[in-house]
Amino acid sequence: MNVEKTTNLNNRFKPHKSVTAMMLVVLVTLVPGVASYLYFFGLGMILNIIVACITALAAEALILWWRKKPVVFYLKDCSALVTAVLLALCLPSLAPWWLTVIATLFAIVIAKHLYGGLGHNIFNPAMIGYVVIIISFPQIMSTQWLNPDATKAIDSYTAATPLDNIKTELDRGQTISEVTEASPTLLFGEFGAYSWEWVNLAFLLGGIALLYLRIIRWHIPLMMLGTIFLIAAVFHYYDSDNYLPPLFHLFSGGTILAAFYIATDPVTSPNTRLGHIYFGIGIGIYTYVIRTWGGYPDGIAFAVLLMNMKTPILDYVTQPRAFGHPKKRHTHITHKKDSQD
Amino acid sequence: MSTTRARIWPFFGGIRLPGHKSESLGKTIQAHSLPQQLILPLNQHIGLSATPAVKPGDKVFKGQLIASASSSVSAPIHAPTSGTIKAITQHPTLHPSGLNAPCIVLEPDTQEQWADTIKPNAHPLQIEPETLRKLIGSAGIVGLGGAAFPTRLKLETGIENNIDTLIINAAECEPYITCDNALILERAAHIIEGIQILLRALNISRCLIGIEDEMKPAIHTLKQALTLTDETDIRLVETPTRYPAGGEKQLVKTLTGKEIPANGLPSDIGVLCHNVGTCYAVYQAIRHGIPLISRIVTVAGPGLGKACNLEVLFGTPIKDLIQLCGGYVNDKTDLLIGGPMMGYPVNSDELPIIKSCNCILVGSRSTKTEQTVMPCIRCGECVDVCPAKILPQILYWHAQAKEFDRIQDYHLFDCIECGCCDYVCPSHIPLVQYFRFAKNEIWSMEKEKLKSDQARERHEFRNQRIEKQKQAIEERRRKKKAALENKPKNLADDPKKSAILAAIERVQRKKSVADVEPKNTSNLSNAQKRQIKETDERRKNNKSE
Ligand code: SF4
Ligand code: SF4
Repeated sequence: MNVEKTTNLNNRFKPHKSVTAMMLVVLVTLVPGVASYLYFFGLGMILNIIVACITALAAEALILWWRKKPVVFYLKDCSALVTAVLLALCLPSLAPWWLTVIATLFAIVIAKHLYGGLGHNIFNPAMIGYVVIIISFPQIMSTQWLNPDATKAIDSYTAATPLDNIKTELDRGQTISEVTEASPTLLFGEFGAYSWEWVNLAFLLGGIALLYLRIIRWHIPLMMLGTIFLIAAVFHYYDSDNYLPPLFHLFSGGTILAAFYIATDPVTSPNTRLGHIYFGIGIGIYTYVIRTWGGYPDGIAFAVLLMNMKTPILDYVTQPRAFGHPKKRHTHITHKKDSQD
Repeated sequence: MSTTRARIWPFFGGIRLPGHKSESLGKTIQAHSLPQQLILPLNQHIGLSATPAVKPGDKVFKGQLIASASSSVSAPIHAPTSGTIKAITQHPTLHPSGLNAPCIVLEPDTQEQWADTIKPNAHPLQIEPETLRKLIGSAGIVGLGGAAFPTRLKLETGIENNIDTLIINAAECEPYITCDNALILERAAHIIEGIQILLRALNISRCLIGIEDEMKPAIHTLKQALTLTDETDIRLVETPTRYPAGGEKQLVKTLTGKEIPANGLPSDIGVLCHNVGTCYAVYQAIRHGIPLISRIVTVAGPGLGKACNLEVLFGTPIKDLIQLCGGYVNDKTDLLIGGPMMGYPVNSDELPIIKSCNCILVGSRSTKTEQTVMPCIRCGECVDVCPAKILPQILYWHAQAKEFDRIQDYHLFDCIECGCCDYVCPSHIPLVQYFRFAKNEIWSMEKEKLKSDQARERHEFRNQRIEKQKQAIEERRRKKKAALENKPKNLADDPKKSAILAAIERVQRKKSVADVEPKNTSNLSNAQKRQIKETDERRKNNKSE
């Protein structure tokens, strides 16, 4: 059917937003976060971003050309750029360039285009790229962060993230207070993780701007952060020597970035607001569980991907009651009947 | 009369739209001069076409019946002015499909002579309800909000369902359209009298008028008109200004808190909806005896000289209205019938105005932004605004894949085609067009199925008939046989029967002989036989060669 070729009546008299504009706004609101990254972790991050962007655009263009799609038209939507930047922000600041390239290629080629391109992918492309390399190169991923105090030349040039450090120490049977005593400055900041708290705060600023501009809605971020906070508070209260305080969880690693920028990716999150609430809670739970008991220091990427898988089912079970239909979920009953037939 | 702010139950979804109302509201409603020719389609309403009651060459008077209702789901048509019937022919009409339809062509004689059937009633509220409903029906009144459903039929279903509340739709929610608003501003008292007549026709006393809270002057005027009557049960309710507040389902929900069931009618929950334009038409028909021959039409849009509301006789071509409004601004222009959200485009301005046409919107190509369609990014914007509380992006997905079973599970048929989803979609997907496409597809599939079902039934019926005939023949044979076998001993006694038997035997013997020898070679002369033999020989030789 060639519906797309006929003119759209409603659009005749209306101005409105577009995908491109939305993506550009997302990029702009990332600026404070990126700036604070550069401040604390050095200029390496900007190189990562540039490499990722170039790779993403090149890969996207090539694939579009190969799939015989209008290249410039689709490049203009800027979704590849957003993926690239978000992915780069998850990589260690001193990551080698080829690592960035591999991660980006996986994100764009495998996670996005093999599933059909913009709007069709099931998994968050940036998170696929990230997970592929954290599984393949765990060593680089956990150590190549620039030591925020490197400029003061205290000890070493590179460092692991605070989350990573604490996890290693806790796994070795240390308690949190022992870890803090051993290296008093590097782990805890004013309220979150050392330096990371400020980066997260800057991303929070951008996230709030997104909320204000109605590019994203509050359901996913609030539910995700609230869930992490709540679980962490319970465990911390119960055993503060083995479980990190809730604010540390929120303001360390990529928690805030993920809550506002990654989990809210419209393509891979549910369609209904109720679905968003479950989705956010799910990511919160998975994140806490993987961080605390799993094999990786930061479980957000896995948490997001695990919930991406549940998006279709969440969409299905959270369908609103259509206007004029009785309260019971008739559709589900008929669906079941259908599938039994 | 009560003017306190009544409780409301806001509906889900919807959007704030720029109203563009002031452009056409400033001026008074202008009457339109007589055109050269009036073209009156026989079908201007939902239901069956009217049947012409005149022939070409007939002289008719203003308000005279020229086509009568062909069934209860139909509405009669009256001559908008006096003149001569020129023809009854096919002519393009105002319809999304743009197809030709039978029309009565009337040439005005500019005398404006009223028919003598026009009878005013000094005391409309003393007429029996049943008579009122009949009068409304014979005045050709249909819903003037856009659906053009025969009003009498609606009233009858209301009576059958014992409805208790009449809802008057004065919430003109689409941008640009102000015909109802203008009507309220100028003829509020007549509208109220129309409402009273409708209430009497329905044998009820409770009425709610729903009006958007930003239509302040109209609200004020209505309130004043209400204070002049002694009605206590007609209440004015202000609804939030949010498209589609004037959608029937949305308005009923807002005013009563009750939802019209899916696939149901307002009368299922005890209410009936009428538009203010219809109330005015009812007033005209009952009080003055004037049938529905004209209506208020808003002519507006960015591609027009000056927007205004016109009182137009049915059958007037669109271009006459546009001329009166200062003509086109650009030469390349889009025409929409209805509002920008739910209207449909037409490609000619020669088409005549009909009962359901409330607005002519003139776009200009320059205001049209070129839109490119992107893939759906599942942002859920459409879900947030959909007043039907369905999931447009999932419908879109299934419509694209032509999965028509799934799409119905997701309530395609609850979509009211309001266009809200379309409006907010950042990917600029023409969602409503997909939904209309899917609906049409499903309808035609169902029609096909119905047809093939009927064909199958017919076929089966035929088979059955043949089978029955066979059985009947068989039965007769068996009976005969049985009769013969039952009476073998009596045969000798009965010379008649034995004669018959002998005859049958003879025939059978003959038959068996015939079976052995082909009939056409039985009585041949010797010469012929020889010829055949030779031919056979030749054939054999040919074959062996
Ligand atoms: S608004 Fe458009 S892009 Fe967004 S979910 Fe709906 S159809 Fe998809
Ligand atoms: S057009 Fe249909 S699907 Fe779209 S918002 Fe209106 S009712 Fe919902």
